[in-house]
Amino acid sequence: MNPEHAPLIQMKNIEKHFGRVIALAGVSVDVFPGECHCLLGDNGAGKSTFIKTMSGVHKPTNGEILFEGKQMHFADPRDAISAGIATVHQHLAMIPLMSVSRNFFMGNEPVKKIGPMKFFDHDYANKVTMEEMRKMGINLRGPDQAVGTLSGGERQTVAIARAVHFGAKVLILDEPTSALGVRQTANVLATIDKVRKQGVAVVFITHNVRHALAVGDRFTVLNRGQTLGTSQRGQITPDELQDMMAGGQELVALEGSLGGTV
Amino acid sequence: MTSATQPTANSDERVKEISNFRNALIRPELGGIVGTIAVFTFFLLFAFDSGMFNSQGIMNWSQISAQFMIIAVGACLLMIAGEFDLSVGSMIGFAGMLIAIFSVTLGWPVWMAIIVTFVIAVSIGALNGFIVVRTGLPSFIVTLAFLFILRGFAIYLPQTIERKTIIGGVGDAAQGDWLAAVFGGKIFTGFFQWMGDNGIIAVFERGTRKGQPVVEGLPMLIVWAIALVIVGHIILTKTRFGNWIFAAGGDAEAARNSGVPVDKVKILMFMFTAFCATVFATCQVMEFGGAGSDRGVLKEFEAIIAVVIGGALLTGGYGSVIGAGLGALIFGVVQQGLFFAGVESSLFRVFLGVILLGAVILNTYIRRIITGER
Repeated sequence: MNPEHAPLIQMKNIEKHFGRVIALAGVSVDVFPGECHCLLGDNGAGKSTFIKTMSGVHKPTNGEILFEGKQMHFADPRDAISAGIATVHQHLAMIPLMSVSRNFFMGNEPVKKIGPMKFFDHDYANKVTMEEMRKMGINLRGPDQAVGTLSGGERQTVAIARAVHFGAKVLILDEPTSALGVRQTANVLATIDKVRKQGVAVVFITHNVRHALAVGDRFTVLNRGQTLGTSQRGQITPDELQDMMAGGQELVALEGSLGGTV
Repeated sequence: MTSATQPTANSDERVKEISNFRNALIRPELGGIVGTIAVFTFFLLFAFDSGMFNSQGIMNWSQISAQFMIIAVGACLLMIAGEFDLSVGSMIGFAGMLIAIFSVTLGWPVWMAIIVTFVIAVSIGALNGFIVVRTGLPSFIVTLAFLFILRGFAIYLPQTIERKTIIGGVGDAAQGDWLAAVFGGKIFTGFFQWMGDNGIIAVFERGTRKGQPVVEGLPMLIVWAIALVIVGHIILTKTRFGNWIFAAGGDAEAARNSGVPVDKVKILMFMFTAFCATVFATCQVMEFGGAGSDRGVLKEFEAIIAVVIGGALLTGGYGSVIGAGLGALIFGVVQQGLFFAGVESSLFRVFLGVILLGAVILNTYIRRIITGER
């Protein structure tokens, strides 16, 4: 984190109610360029609602969103995407039956004009896809290889590379490592590190403390729709983070019976 | 771990090289191409002398194939977009009936009857699509409802207005109509006359049309079929919208997250399917000179079968318009070929069932290859 920079995105006292359910009760988080901000919390803590508010899926009931210092009202995800806020979803990032190149440019297809007609510029799309994949360390058999043949980690990497290629300033990663094996997780974490070094602000949602500590600069813990504070890297131990996420006492008791393995 | 077990940077030691054979196998058209070759080989061997491959015979199965092709293109793009339309057959009956009622009963000029019918049919397609995307119900159910609704109207309207279920007389009304000729006319008549004069195709030996070729020209039905296949193929594979069609059917949620207007794509595909059904209906009305309430029965399933033979997945997101066109060709050639070969025509249904099952099993296998599932 570079303190000279102004925060890229500020979420101030965000509240979100769904009918009688209060999903978020005043959450404030700010994210700086080039920072990896980890958002931790157990299931149901409000992480998903919070990032959906950030990415324009939900409108906050109360509170304001400042993006590059200006107040924003996102009508839908497209608004957020065009402002530079991209989300990489847990399971829904890629379409397995489509080629990597078609997936990479999905929703942002390059076109070339032939007469009055606009056509999908496959040559350009294939070239860029191969280049970007090489940068991220994925060797494709060809740009027409189906995404279904890639591993889960590679799919996340394609999705991240895609978001960055299309000018994401804030990259929201929704549990990108939750379904991955050890080595694939390491690859995704390395990708996050690469992206952060390019100056992109990364919001990394996870409930795995070790994954968070591996790449995170700051850590915000959500519990029952509220923040339990934000801490800097080096100022918090894994155990403290774990306890905050689980809401403290019960887990300590549980951990005792499990011999400290959780 | 010793360094000897380290994989090289460029390849994963656990991924087998994909053979060219398997690579060819994942092209969606493959089933259609193989099927077409097989079907033609079969009938060239067993029905060559039956007249199936003289000018009239070719025109015969070409027209049947073209009919299947027109509705298969719409069904194909819709299926790739992840939806079904079971109301295609009823739409054919309904749209044909509208043209007949407008032009004969109400006495409108035929061009106006055709245009108004297209507007109504495409609006119903849009309504189908709108209900599907708004309610989230399976398109199977929504369009099944329209299968009955439209068929009901196709019977009710002529019954109430004319006290019969067949309305004729469109042929006379369509004489000299510019738009009717776009659906019912024939082109390249000079070329066919030239082929007749030069003995390439047969000519009438006697009677009032002595010297004229037995096949006078290329029916607009076939022109429509080929044009729809070409346009459909280009839209699907070469345009941005085509990518959206694949995306909408492959995984609607992922597509939405990437900014693809999934609902719009699906509604447009329902409208296109209705458009194709109406093209079919208009060509048929112009050919027969009238409309019947029972036209188009079971056509929705025949369209879906042609699409599946052409390699599309029933679950959406994968398929080919060229494949669907070949599926329709296989369909038409076999249906008419069995007739030429003197085989009992009811066996055609047996053939349909068998080839449908085979195609679905093959497609499922291909899907596993593409996605790497086991």
